[in-house]
Amino acid sequence: MVRLDEPAATPATPAREEPAPSGSRLPRRPRLRRRTAANAGRSFTLTFIGVVLLAAFLSPLARSALVSIKSPDQVSQASSPVWPADPKVIDYQGKSLTVYAVPLDGGERDLALLTKGRASSTFVDPQDLAAAPITWVGSWRSLTPVWTFAPQLSNYTDVWDQVNFPRLLLNTILIALISMLGVLVSCTLVAYAFARFRFPGRNLVFMLVIATIFLPSAVTLIPTYTIFVKIGWVGTWLPLLVPAFFANAYDVFLLRQYLMTIPREMDEAAAIDGAGPFRTLVSVILPQAWPVIIAVGIFHFVYSWNDFLLPTIYLVGHEDLVPLSVGLAHLSGLHNAQNPGMIQAGTMLTILIPIAFFLLFQRMFVRGIVITGVEK
Amino acid sequence: MPALPVPRPRRMSPLARREARWGLLFLSPWVVGFLAFIAVPMIATLVFTFTNLKLTQTDPLRFVGLDNYAKLISDPQTWDSLRITLTFAALQLPIAVLVPFAVALMLNSRSLRGSDLFRVLWFLPYVVPFVAGVLIWQSMLNPDSGWLDQLLEAVGVTNPPNWLNDPGFIFPGLLFIGIWGIGGGIIVNLAGLKGIPSELYDAAAIDGAGWLGSLRHVTIPLMSPVFLYVIVLGIVDVLQYFLVPLVLNNGTGEPGGQTLFYNLQIYKTFFTYQDMSYGATLAWLLFAVTLVISLVVFRASRRWVYYAAER
Repeated sequence: MVRLDEPAATPATPAREEPAPSGSRLPRRPRLRRRTAANAGRSFTLTFIGVVLLAAFLSPLARSALVSIKSPDQVSQASSPVWPADPKVIDYQGKSLTVYAVPLDGGERDLALLTKGRASSTFVDPQDLAAAPITWVGSWRSLTPVWTFAPQLSNYTDVWDQVNFPRLLLNTILIALISMLGVLVSCTLVAYAFARFRFPGRNLVFMLVIATIFLPSAVTLIPTYTIFVKIGWVGTWLPLLVPAFFANAYDVFLLRQYLMTIPREMDEAAAIDGAGPFRTLVSVILPQAWPVIIAVGIFHFVYSWNDFLLPTIYLVGHEDLVPLSVGLAHLSGLHNAQNPGMIQAGTMLTILIPIAFFLLFQRMFVRGIVITGVEK
Repeated sequence: MPALPVPRPRRMSPLARREARWGLLFLSPWVVGFLAFIAVPMIATLVFTFTNLKLTQTDPLRFVGLDNYAKLISDPQTWDSLRITLTFAALQLPIAVLVPFAVALMLNSRSLRGSDLFRVLWFLPYVVPFVAGVLIWQSMLNPDSGWLDQLLEAVGVTNPPNWLNDPGFIFPGLLFIGIWGIGGGIIVNLAGLKGIPSELYDAAAIDGAGWLGSLRHVTIPLMSPVFLYVIVLGIVDVLQYFLVPLVLNNGTGEPGGQTLFYNLQIYKTFFTYQDMSYGATLAWLLFAVTLVISLVVFRASRRWVYYAAER
């Protein structure tokens, strides 16, 4: 659990008091030097704790990235280092010998194992191959090998070929983008209806939209599935794409909340200038709503990239049509025990694009969400 | 948003009628989608519960009255899986509420340096596709090569748990996997924290409140609508939980039947046993349970949720 009481136990001023962008801030009281020192200490402590917690939170990601560039041999050895490495080998008279750290009288030395023995083994010194072999008493199995840094890309090339990665990537991108287009168009229209037009039963309909969030998807799945079977849509992308064009409660809610914060004066000015409702939407509302549109776009993109159940249900048996999530689960079912490096290479390839997409748009994304708020 | 008090004339003026027509036009995508993908399938599912529908019908299709409901009540698997789901929900919900709140408090603190970078990185795992996230954590929680058990060993735990294969540790294991889903909660909490007027903190400071005092008397009351939002959506989500175990072990219920979640039973009934009518009955029970719990939470929320607008 995150502990925040420690560093911020005695704030001089409340912890919040962000400099508002508008500049409407109370003048700050002049502070004593002692206070400033205390603030710096608190700031350091909190930032330090923040870094530690964040490192723990993200450590699985770092670990998988490392595993993905390790060789299968290294992964299977418990004593191997955290970083990608190969046992160090040297060439000795046409044979390749593994180098071990051997404890000798004068300290530990890196020696290459020449002949293995139960009670004693002989080694050669990699620095001085011409010298006579050194005999060391003890089981060579108790020695730790010397590792050299050796990142591998073979896991990536394996995954690339095994799951037909380019094809699956293309599937995933196409499904995500087409359905994103559907979500953005349909949800913006519906949110516009709720935010700007009075019609009978508007509040009731809005409640109904929100109520659909409470409906478990299992309740509607079977008739929908049966219909999709009957009209021949199973085994195509249509069950994943078409419903996106008919709006969904989460995104309508987010967009509507945001649109309600846009002042009406500009709409009215546009209306006086003779713009119809559709024209007003395109030329007045949309230019002001892009933070939330980007936020909804990313939400949907991530959702679609995530989606596992529906593609599994509707695309079963069509290996060339499935998105990455399904391919990855399939891959893990086949190879998980044998080659963890390959699985993690697959996960790295799968997360690359959503993460890049998020990092690219993160400012607008966070702004869109923060402004929208969650009142109600 | 406070609804504007709009006087409703008995008969609509031509202008109002025009506005209503445009509104309904823009609303129409949702109406069509609602009818096609929600209302009609929902009613159909309800009708199925009174029949003997199978995916490949061998017996003649007929109404069987309440047979499916009788089967449901006498089926120990139903209640077992419901118990598993509710137990997991009771463990998972406090985390889903408290951890994002705590992280958002930290991110919102003036004392944190580089809060923009922190915010991006805390949110980052939220965009990791869930199958990838499960596989990453599965590897992290591996009893031999996973960092968590290696850390536990390093600090002196002699026999660190085999998280995902030990019936006694599978729930904590699943909670670890779920921790990457807190990004949405962080953003929502952060938005809530940013929306608290700073005058309230100034007032609290003048009244002599310390950090803990203003947390208790300003932050938490003003954040209560956000908590309600997170709790309600969290309940809807966690009651449908089953995809993580499905990816982990293909829905076998391992270890020890501890991952036979309720929604997993529904999907197995549909797609493995192909018993549509019984699956439909299970689905409707899930809907009923979701509704009842949500309504209870909403009702109880009147006592602890604070709405500024109702002052």
